[in-house]
Amino acid sequence: MPIPIAEKLKILAGAAKYDVSCASSGSKRTNSAQGFGNATYGGICHSFTEDGRCISLLKVMLTNYCINDCAYCISRSSNDIPRATFTVKELVTLTSEFYRRNYIEGLFLSSGILKNADYTMERMVAVAKELRLNEHYNGYIHLKAIPGASRKLIHEAGLYADRLSVNMEIASEPNLKMLAPQKDYNSILTPMHVIKDEIVQNAEERRKFRRAPRFSPAGQSTQLIIGATNDTDYRILNVATNLYKGQNLKRVYYSGYLPVNSYDNRLPAIVSPPLKRENRLYQADWLLRFYYFSVDEIVNPTHQLLDLDVDPKLAYALRNPHLFPIDVNTASYELLLRVPGIGVKSAQIIVRARRYRKLNVTNLKKIGVVLKRARYFIVCNELPNVTIQDLKPESVKRQIMLSETTPRRTKKELYTQLELFPH
Amino acid sequence: MNIFLYDGTFEGFLSAVFYAYARKVFPDKICGNNLFQKDMFAEEFTVYTNTEYAQRVWNGIEKKASKFICQKVFRVFLSEMSDVEMLLFDYIKLTLGSRFSIDEDYSNSTVLEFNNIYKKVTREAQKVVMFVRFQKTADGIYFAPFDPAYNVLSLTINHFKERFADQQWVIYDTRRNYGFYYNLHDVEEVRISDSNINFFTGKVNKDAMDDSELNFQEIWNCYYQSTTIKERKNLKLHKQFLPKRFWKYLPEKNFLEDR
Repeated sequence: MPIPIAEKLKILAGAAKYDVSCASSGSKRTNSAQGFGNATYGGICHSFTEDGRCISLLKVMLTNYCINDCAYCISRSSNDIPRATFTVKELVTLTSEFYRRNYIEGLFLSSGILKNADYTMERMVAVAKELRLNEHYNGYIHLKAIPGASRKLIHEAGLYADRLSVNMEIASEPNLKMLAPQKDYNSILTPMHVIKDEIVQNAEERRKFRRAPRFSPAGQSTQLIIGATNDTDYRILNVATNLYKGQNLKRVYYSGYLPVNSYDNRLPAIVSPPLKRENRLYQADWLLRFYYFSVDEIVNPTHQLLDLDVDPKLAYALRNPHLFPIDVNTASYELLLRVPGIGVKSAQIIVRARRYRKLNVTNLKKIGVVLKRARYFIVCNELPNVTIQDLKPESVKRQIMLSETTPRRTKKELYTQLELFPH
Repeated sequence: MNIFLYDGTFEGFLSAVFYAYARKVFPDKICGNNLFQKDMFAEEFTVYTNTEYAQRVWNGIEKKASKFICQKVFRVFLSEMSDVEMLLFDYIKLTLGSRFSIDEDYSNSTVLEFNNIYKKVTREAQKVVMFVRFQKTADGIYFAPFDPAYNVLSLTINHFKERFADQQWVIYDTRRNYGFYYNLHDVEEVRISDSNINFFTGKVNKDAMDDSELNFQEIWNCYYQSTTIKERKNLKLHKQFLPKRFWKYLPEKNFLEDR
């Protein structure tokens, strides 16, 4: 008996939700004369789930049947769960009907591996092809490249998709081998190389022929699972940097490990996902991409883990008090970005606004600088304030944490009463 | 105290700016006719809308600053906030009176306030693009109600026109009671008084709906539920990204309630 489409969607969206990639940005695909849909360069989120993540793309698996048996994956072959497979027609209908109602920005298609990589990849490409050529759909498509798929298929996928991705999942090869015996780095890195080469080649072609079809215009991305293995933040961030630099990746996503297969004793026994660590890793990732930080400034062999109490930029500032305070009215943009409490937006505004007159604390506050953090690290057109030079880094850290204490994160965490009867 | 009265339109406002410069009478308050409250000690000036004068002010701003600044002025005007006219007047006065662009002088409170409102209006327009939900009607028109805080519908029309070029659609501002209809060629402004649409809930009556519409809403709701990771539930964050004021027209947020 065929499974109704709503049931299939439940199963296959439920299986795909652990992939955190959500971006619908980076592509400038325009609508064609008789078609519908276009891509917006900045991407658009259309809804938000109750876990606070955005829904931008219809994120589903083509199938959750899989020949692989990876310990961290809900769809592993040894799990006894309901399985389903979409037909091409079903996926095309869902995508275009949802898109026309402005529910989604496009399709994100991943898949378990049926028979072999090429067989699976071929079916995924067929969906994208049908959407593009027969439905004249010009919205966003994100396809997963299946490790081990042939170069020809990946090339074809890139012509229809806006973004391709291959998930690395585990940040070191021995750990990957342990959790996913059928996978190795070679099978993951090969498609990444192929995609990178194709993108470079395509850019070359488009310089010569303006109308040459684009190959994966929004680039490629990957995902790393956090907390399923003993890999340190130092290791993870180094892997990420190498991917950004070596493979020209647009994004590396970090996904806190959810104990979906808690019976498997190769995995750590945790109750809840490491959300705080994931958050700090994203902050570090932003420092790498938008704040001109290098990995060694954020983590190093002696500090292999990120501080969970404070964000990585504040941690950097506290480790390097000799670099502060910075004069807001004269410092360069790059230096301003190093100040905790000044982000990209505020730094840009400061650089523009200080051409008119010197800025003082009130101006900074109104501009949007978080003075709770920034005040210890800056001087401006004002009477001298207490900076990190006058205090110890530890007390600055304490004061900042106290000032950021929300009612929910009570002062209890910082001040604990001594026990009357210590045991 | 001088109070300028104008008709509430953007042209009217620009005419008021012209009026002030032409007569060298500077307002302390600029007020739309419908919102005017008499003030015993104030002198009232009634400004008549004049497209030519308005155009001259518009050109003046463009010449002194840029097209982009003109657009910004227009967007800030769309915020419809109280006393926004006076803020705009001050901003235009600064722009016209300065030898260089003052738009990035963020330590000036007028400029900062102007830019903040501009940001708010632009964000609200982005929210329309994000959260509009079309319902397919029996005659094939896609209808979407929306209740934006600012009068921003017109800013989003090009986006929808490019994206949904092969379907007829209506996007309707239920607060201000007007909308835009795309007939496969052009977009026109419309006012609808159709008994098949409930303007309170924003829903099209079941009889006037396309047969598949409810089905797709249900499937969408199904997707919405199953793509949530229960272990990571964070309602505070959820509400921060998807404020409650948008929920009323989202099928994923109120589909179950009507059953």
